[in-house]
Amino acid sequence: MASTQSIQNPGGLGSFPSIKTALAVITGVMMLVDLYLIFMVAPTDSVLGHVQRVFYFHVPVAIMSFLAFFVVFLGSLMYLIKRTPKWDAIAHASAEVGVVFVTLALITGIIWARPVWNTWWTWEPRLTTTLILWLIYVAYLMVRSYAPNQSKGAVYAAVMGIVGFVDVPIVYYSVVWWRSIHPSPVVGPFAQADALDGTMALVLLYSFITFLFFFAYMVMERIELRNTEEALGRMRFTLRRSGR
Amino acid sequence: MTAPATEAVQARGIEKSYGEWPVLWNLDLSVPWGQTLVLFGANGAGKTTLLRILATHVRPDEGSIAVAGHNLRTRPDEVRRRIGVVGHRSLLYDDMTCRENLVYYARLFGLKDHKPRVDEVLEKVGLSNRADHRVRTLSNGMQKRAAIARAILHQPDVLLLDEPEGGLDLESVSILGTLLAEWTDAGRSVIMTTHDLDLGLSWGHQAGVLRGGKVHLQDNNDSSGITGSNIRQAVAEALKGC
Amino acid sequence: MKGLLRPVLVIVWKDILLELRSRDLVVSVLVFGLLVVVVFNFALNNAPGRAEQLAPGILWSAFAFSAILAMNRAFVRDQEQGGLEGLLISPVSRDAIFLGKALTSLIFMLLIEAALLPVYAVMLDFSALTFTLVLTIFLGTLGFAVVGTLFSAMAVQTRSREIMLPVLFFPVVLPVIIAAVEASTRAVGGETFVGLGRWLPLIGVFDALFLVICPWVFAYVMEE
Repeated sequence: MASTQSIQNPGGLGSFPSIKTALAVITGVMMLVDLYLIFMVAPTDSVLGHVQRVFYFHVPVAIMSFLAFFVVFLGSLMYLIKRTPKWDAIAHASAEVGVVFVTLALITGIIWARPVWNTWWTWEPRLTTTLILWLIYVAYLMVRSYAPNQSKGAVYAAVMGIVGFVDVPIVYYSVVWWRSIHPSPVVGPFAQADALDGTMALVLLYSFITFLFFFAYMVMERIELRNTEEALGRMRFTLRRSGR
Repeated sequence: MTAPATEAVQARGIEKSYGEWPVLWNLDLSVPWGQTLVLFGANGAGKTTLLRILATHVRPDEGSIAVAGHNLRTRPDEVRRRIGVVGHRSLLYDDMTCRENLVYYARLFGLKDHKPRVDEVLEKVGLSNRADHRVRTLSNGMQKRAAIARAILHQPDVLLLDEPEGGLDLESVSILGTLLAEWTDAGRSVIMTTHDLDLGLSWGHQAGVLRGGKVHLQDNNDSSGITGSNIRQAVAEALKGC
Repeated sequence: MKGLLRPVLVIVWKDILLELRSRDLVVSVLVFGLLVVVVFNFALNNAPGRAEQLAPGILWSAFAFSAILAMNRAFVRDQEQGGLEGLLISPVSRDAIFLGKALTSLIFMLLIEAALLPVYAVMLDFSALTFTLVLTIFLGTLGFAVVGTLFSAMAVQTRSREIMLPVLFFPVVLPVIIAAVEASTRAVGGETFVGLGRWLPLIGVFDALFLVICPWVFAYVMEE
């Protein structure tokens, strides 16, 4: 029967336990190796010392959040055009993971900024844009949960997912231009830290791939969770239909 | 060009659910020209949802709707031009007068030379002497009559009435009854929902019960129309099962 | 194009008529706008000589908060007796509904700003009547109205709508605020059109982009 099928496969995305398990194992192993590489293999920065190691988390996490919001944008666009729940599921999952990642990026950024720039916070363009990004996607999640019902929440969120993403480059350039006329009061030795030696670059690259896997795994896990929720809803739905 | 449609309203395979709540499923409906279809149904059976779908306000999940041969999905504005709606809310602005509200809607519908038409519908619902009063100052019954005037303003082919008797006094009910009779005599159609069995059966040409997400039409093969006692019994029976 | 303009004007006429009857939007936002300036004056310790530096920032903070207040009300009257539903079941395109509501908000906000500007100019001691400043205000307010109308239509249906609108609105219009403050600073400083640099084009790009995107997504927001 079609209804049994739809119970197993509510979002139309299919179930992927084997891929997900494989991803979980790979991500876990890669994470452990990454930790080893970051703390045991990568050389200590001559100027900044051990704090510099936060860099191997900070950069991949920040870049992954950009990727996440790009996925949100695509998912939102496709959801409005196609109106199939699977696109909303992808956008929703990606947004939640993206907000976690961008939060981590901000926190690691602050940890980094204190010793390097001698301040917890500076209105530097990348930092400012990241903060605005955080605000936009928190609003994305808020409008989804404050909407009168689930389908409206999905549409409102998709609207924010599109408008917010289109806005990001404008935010970035406005902050960069704004910055160029209001020079930063603190000029840290950022240039020196930028120069990575070979091992550092390799560890960073590895860290990058690790977080890419981590991102994929988290998104899949979130979509599965939503599929389960929807399967439950679908069961109640069929019961209500036949009950009358 | 208007396609020579055999039915005023034709709906096929309508499905609508709100999240996990199914409201309508596999619903078929057709209303011939010049007839009134009266829909009965328990609270929450989906009467209002069905009317809101036909009014183009709510989008069905599945199914197709045609009004006077125009498909809702491909020509929504053609359908909207041919439909008049009286719902639970008046859709009028409290701080504008009856006449201003009607002129506003006439302009939205692009009616040419709307002044005499506005006067005409105000006369029809018996609000001529209140035309320049703000809607806020009118009684509930008068607001409902103003809403009816708004719905018939653009001379739609199909009038959708959701429990129109609510809030109306006896005089207003008889005004509405006369209006509906004229309406169907002129070859236009009406779909209305009501909880008032007597009123519904005296106004309708066809009676249906909305139950289990579908419309169950009650037979009216004999010439007595739907006033016959057999229909009355059938409707009452169908409602009891809910 | 003509088919689009007529319903837009009908909607604007309706909203202006309602505003003339009740006057609850423009007047209350005006009073609020004055309060904001008084508060900022003390909060920022606006001493003589600093005014020209601080004035643009105070100006746009006041305009942005006033915009939020005005936009929060944009759809309230259409909700009361189902006026919005009436619009949606009329043969009027969603683009026309969006543009009508956005134009109304633009007119109301420009009116409010036109009334506030001379008062601000006196209080904060800067010259208001320059072409560049007026142009900046117009472009910035257009951006507020376009984005604000979209988010207001969403916020009015959510729980705690008064909070939802600023949460959605401020992060997105941030570029407009930055650019408008920068352009205004130069305009107040007596720069010509060319002297405003890339700030006006930045607002222009923002306005144009969202004038395309917002009506498109508005149709989905209105769907039931």
